[in-house]
Amino acid sequence: MMALLLPALVGGVLTGGVYALVALGLTLIYGVLHIVNFAHGSLLMVAMFGAWLLATRLGLDPLAAVPLMAGAMFAIGWGLYRFVIGPVGRGDDRGVLLATLGVAVVLDNAALIAFTGDSRSIETPYALQMVQAGPLLIPLAKLVAFAGAMLIALLLWAFMALTDTGRAIRAVAREPEGAALVGIRPARIFALAYGIGIACLGAAGCLLLPSFYVSPQVGGMFVLVAFTVVVLGGMGSFPGAVVGALLVGITENLGNLYLGESLGPICVPLLFIAVLLVRPTGLFGAVR
Amino acid sequence: MTGAAARTRALALALAVLTLLPFASHSQFFVNLAMLTAISAALGQAWNIAGGFGGLTSFGHAAFFGLGAYADAILQTRYGLNPWLGLPAAAAFGGGAGWLIGTATFRAGLRGSYFALVTLAFAQAFGVLANSLDITGGGSGILVALHPGAGRFQFTDRRAGYALAVALLALATLAAWRLSVGRFGAHLLAVRENEDAARALGVPAVRVKSAALALSGALTALGGVLYVQSYLYIDPGIAFSAERSVEMLLVAMIGGAGTVLGPLLGALVVHAIADTTRSLITTPGVAPMLYGVVLLLIIGLLPGGVVRIAAVRGDG
Amino acid sequence: MAEAAPLLEVRGLARRFGGLRAVRGLDLDVQAGTIVALIGPNGAGKTTSFAMIAGFVRPDAGSVRFAGRDITGWVPERIAHAGIVRTFQITQPFAGLSVAENIRIGAFLRTRAPAAAMEQARALGSELGLAALLDRPAAALTVAGRKRLELARALAAGPRLLLLDEVMAGLTPTEVNDTVALVRGVRDRGVTILLTEHVMQAVMALADRIHVLAEGALIATGPPRQIAADPRVVEAYLGAGAAARLADG
Repeated sequence: MMALLLPALVGGVLTGGVYALVALGLTLIYGVLHIVNFAHGSLLMVAMFGAWLLATRLGLDPLAAVPLMAGAMFAIGWGLYRFVIGPVGRGDDRGVLLATLGVAVVLDNAALIAFTGDSRSIETPYALQMVQAGPLLIPLAKLVAFAGAMLIALLLWAFMALTDTGRAIRAVAREPEGAALVGIRPARIFALAYGIGIACLGAAGCLLLPSFYVSPQVGGMFVLVAFTVVVLGGMGSFPGAVVGALLVGITENLGNLYLGESLGPICVPLLFIAVLLVRPTGLFGAVR
Repeated sequence: MTGAAARTRALALALAVLTLLPFASHSQFFVNLAMLTAISAALGQAWNIAGGFGGLTSFGHAAFFGLGAYADAILQTRYGLNPWLGLPAAAAFGGGAGWLIGTATFRAGLRGSYFALVTLAFAQAFGVLANSLDITGGGSGILVALHPGAGRFQFTDRRAGYALAVALLALATLAAWRLSVGRFGAHLLAVRENEDAARALGVPAVRVKSAALALSGALTALGGVLYVQSYLYIDPGIAFSAERSVEMLLVAMIGGAGTVLGPLLGALVVHAIADTTRSLITTPGVAPMLYGVVLLLIIGLLPGGVVRIAAVRGDG
Repeated sequence: MAEAAPLLEVRGLARRFGGLRAVRGLDLDVQAGTIVALIGPNGAGKTTSFAMIAGFVRPDAGSVRFAGRDITGWVPERIAHAGIVRTFQITQPFAGLSVAENIRIGAFLRTRAPAAAMEQARALGSELGLAALLDRPAAALTVAGRKRLELARALAAGPRLLLLDEVMAGLTPTEVNDTVALVRGVRDRGVTILLTEHVMQAVMALADRIHVLAEGALIATGPPRQIAADPRVVEAYLGAGAAARLADG
């Protein structure tokens, strides 16, 4: 069993790296706007289709497309918050939740119309390459995705900690009224933070594509994973999201190893339910 | 207010007449459409009891639908029970699941978006179970043998299926109406509006919300039984899909959550969109995308739902 | 003359939030049929004490006995059934319901039949001056209206002990006078009252006995006249040395 366990653990960590990037955006949006962004999975799907189009139509490697997709997704996220989610949700918990649900429904089905329900993937020169690490063979694409995700997470952390804009966002997250008093406009920061959260998805979509497939249903598969990561780590916590993502990645892989491919996927929903029922503040105990 | 009450009564009457119409039709196609609309309305009404009156925004009501469907299918195919017994069995499973899920989540203090996500997780977990257990037939689902006849709860005339759907719709609507006039419903509304204030006045909030979810779950599970008896087939994708959960929510939200007639109007709107677009464009995804657009418009511009236009404008 | 056992007996009630000791060892008796006031500067722990008595906040230590029963740690709805009903300092209307429906939620505690409960609710609402507003949505009420509604709803639940958390806050002097008369009327019907209040004139007019809290601890207890003359109370409100300065001035 050990022969299988180690690769499963390593595979879990690698998958978890990309989950971390998906979840960082979600936890940022929660931490600043205090909203549950149900459209997160669907926006990841949009980013993956964006990367897929760039790769298949323009021959752009997904890794090279990271900055472009991050920028494009930032614009989409910013506009979506500014013109749809903000006005429709009116800051009311249920209104925002349903607004993000509405956005998810529209995006999923728009993708279905544009791309049909088929699963699509791309071929990269490195898709089948393996890296030898001791007894393990690790797919290069996954390793690169993991490294890229960690790098972007670090950049995001630096941005939040070191730039004026990052500090303004954190100020609004902690005390919207206080921030407004010192001349920060919360409404602008909200759209900005939402945009940055979605920009993370732009990068995540590019990093995922070489080792995963994309279809209009992919958002629905990711949305609960992303929320599990975020509640496990504590809603709004950055380090929590990274640790939570690695744990979820590992749980998923171990679940598939020990319970089989068909029952294994029950781990993520069960983990989500268990965390919320037993320790809703998450491992890192951030505010709920 | 009396103007609005009169309009509501007129609307109820119009809807009642509309429900009778398909019985006079000989077109199986039309009756089939009517049956699907009635099932949607019934499921939307079931969702409405928890999601509208109780403010418990569930994203996972397919969990109850699927439980009911599988309870019915398994009891008759594996244990040879008469499918009519599927009705009480499904209601018990759906109601029991609603009670358990409600008690667990509400005791833990989960509300709003967290409750929505937890219900989604339950539906997903059930879906995985259905997909991997032997008793549910795994991914290939359960096929119910064809035995037409009222004794076996199978009808070749679609009008009988429609009658059953209308009966479920009537039952769910009766339940919703009872909520709108009774003590339990008043408690439920109070908890929805302000849980602390309700508890200060002696309303047992967790019990009230769990009971509402149980009632809603039981009615939803009955919808699952009707599905199995109409199509004689169920699989994990049909039973526990997120789309089904979302459709129940859409029907109630578009029509008017927390109102007795809202889900009926919502089902009409949703099916009008579906059937019109299907006759114009065959690409899959167009109608559901429009539902999403309509949901956004309703939440943004008409949070009370379509029923507001019909019932309340007269109150000036 | 031996006094009867008090209706409410609070002993050693304490609660901390993080590092802050919000309430530390509160002792309090409320005799049946009296009006008792719990006063003190902002942050003294009055609202936390109320929340603990009504079951909304679990005490870290201490006990609450009501009508001879230990109700410490009971959930709010059970305490309401036992006969203690609280109002909220920040009014908590059921915003989407009408004024009459709001009051009826209270009436449902003792009356199961919807029509009878509604009748009681409308009668009580009219008695408290809400007659013209009964069919309006509660969200449309003014501050004074909401305070009235809060009181009406609590009374409709037929409490033996009513906890009033600053029902006068935000009212005009005329409205305060009306409310003082109203509260006295409630007591005269046999409802015992424990209240917190910042409007001193109302406290002095109403209370049979006053307890003064400062920084989570009781610093004085007595009838109104004695409390008004107590230098510790003046200092708690106005800062150290204030009593001496007042005496000099």
